[in-house]
Amino acid sequence: MKSTNSRMRYDLQIIASWIEPGSHVVDLGCGEGDLLQHLITHKGVHGTGIERNEEKVAACIEKGLSVLQGDINEEVHDYPEGRFDYVILSQTLQQVYEPAVLIRAMLRIGRKGIVSFPNFSHWDIRRQVFFTGFAPVSRQLPFQWFNTPNIRVITLKDFRKFVQDVGFKILKEAAINTHSQDRHGSIVQFLPNLRATYGIFMIGKDYL
Amino acid sequence: MSEYTQHDKDLVSVGLVEKKSFTFAEPPSEMKLESDARLGPVTIAYETYGALAPDRRNAVLVLHALSGDSHVAGYYSAEDEKPGWWDCMVGPGKGIDTDKFFVICSNIIGSCLGSTGPSAINPATGRAYGLDFPVVTIGDMVAAQKALIGHLGIERLLCVVGGSIGGMQVLEWCVRYPEMVASAIPLATTMRHSALAIAFNEVARQSIMADPNWNHGDYYNGAKPALGLAVARMIGHITYLSDESMRLKFGRRLQDKSDFSFNFDADFQVESYLRYQGRKFVDRFDANSFLYITKAADYYDLGKQHGEGSAVRALSKAHARFLVISFTSDWLYPTYQARDIVKALKKNGRDVSFCEIEAEWGHDAFLIPGERLKTLIHGFLERIHHEINQ
Repeated sequence: MKSTNSRMRYDLQIIASWIEPGSHVVDLGCGEGDLLQHLITHKGVHGTGIERNEEKVAACIEKGLSVLQGDINEEVHDYPEGRFDYVILSQTLQQVYEPAVLIRAMLRIGRKGIVSFPNFSHWDIRRQVFFTGFAPVSRQLPFQWFNTPNIRVITLKDFRKFVQDVGFKILKEAAINTHSQDRHGSIVQFLPNLRATYGIFMIGKDYL
Repeated sequence: MSEYTQHDKDLVSVGLVEKKSFTFAEPPSEMKLESDARLGPVTIAYETYGALAPDRRNAVLVLHALSGDSHVAGYYSAEDEKPGWWDCMVGPGKGIDTDKFFVICSNIIGSCLGSTGPSAINPATGRAYGLDFPVVTIGDMVAAQKALIGHLGIERLLCVVGGSIGGMQVLEWCVRYPEMVASAIPLATTMRHSALAIAFNEVARQSIMADPNWNHGDYYNGAKPALGLAVARMIGHITYLSDESMRLKFGRRLQDKSDFSFNFDADFQVESYLRYQGRKFVDRFDANSFLYITKAADYYDLGKQHGEGSAVRALSKAHARFLVISFTSDWLYPTYQARDIVKALKKNGRDVSFCEIEAEWGHDAFLIPGERLKTLIHGFLERIHHEINQ
């Protein structure tokens, strides 16, 4: 296996730090496999990924990762119950048509879920709506209303409530300030719903 | 499968190779077939490329499709016009790297290209078997390959790889001899034929059997059922291509003429192509072998054979790591059939990678030189090699 990219996206660095060495991991929407490769090399995990795009799937397999091509909303259902320790959904939730169905499936096939998404209540997004009156465009959500793949707008507060509503529990969370592809960032402690660009949550079933 | 082989554009090749053969199951210890019939002696033609590592853990078995043979790569002599059928994939530094791996390819039993099949001499009569040759299955082909692998002193294969009917043999290897297979690459294949695939095979068989020269399979001392076999091959070629590839390759272009001939000569290029492919095939392939191998493919049903009707149960026996590959324009074994394999493996919690390659060349895409397939196989084999030697 080729050497890992130790300077991967900042949100992925946080996610990686939450994962126990040697565990079984599936990354839903794994892109070119940066996180998986990092976890395999540095944490000795048994990792697999699902990715829709043929180019990216091929890039993963070429570097020696176990990845399959498909739609995460469908592929997530075939695994046996409890197959994984962690099911990761990074920067994809905002594009999911049925988030509750997906989150339930994640916690069926895995013990814990890790979800990250851009925070729609960041002050700059609020500022744009308030002062310009146009739908906001940010570095985290860089699309116009008519061409965005991001069909869901989620805030940190929304997600906390959502997790409760579907009957699961937040085990860990981090609000971070970083740009979408940036390798640098910081944890936001003060007023996260206003100041964080991304939220990362570890969720589990109540009885864990 | 069709033939696309041409000289490597960078002239990279395994070089000169030699066809060998291995004979086993000498009477009275004949091979027992799935049909309960007995067959022996059994000869298998095979070739090897690269060097077997001292620990014997670098062997890759390549499995060919309907009309393939043991000659997967390289040349028999410097004068050969063409290299082996998968020369673009097998060789030094190629997708299946012969600098690293010991590559084996054998001709399936039932075929006519060096292994025992209906055109071989029946020791009981001293004449060619013809229809006295027992019906062999994909399982029987794999059982014979296992005898060869044992003969070569290999306990565990690093990978079994093959497309189409070769892909069925890959799946069969994984459930029949799971402890012998570290990884598997089924390409453009299926766990069982659809009605569409069986239908095309049946039309092809009917074409052979309708040829008066076929004579119930007894034609080895007279004229061959050449017309029937040529038409059978023409039908095959249609299924190996796709609407898109035929449109690109032929369209409605005419062959060496500017207007219709208003008779039944080959007007269109596609007609001329099919006639040429049919004629060419007759010179190198036996009509009875075509009947036997297509029947084996139609009978194949992994779930029925090994899982009491369940593909999931059948594949629960497999230990291998999998790379499943399909092609967008393959209408003989469409992607949904590859996804069924992936799904069954996932349900068993098996390690599986899957890629659907965008390709216009239909079922034949796996034989055509292309970077995507080459790098996928290369990357996967590197990983397995690394894991095995850890």
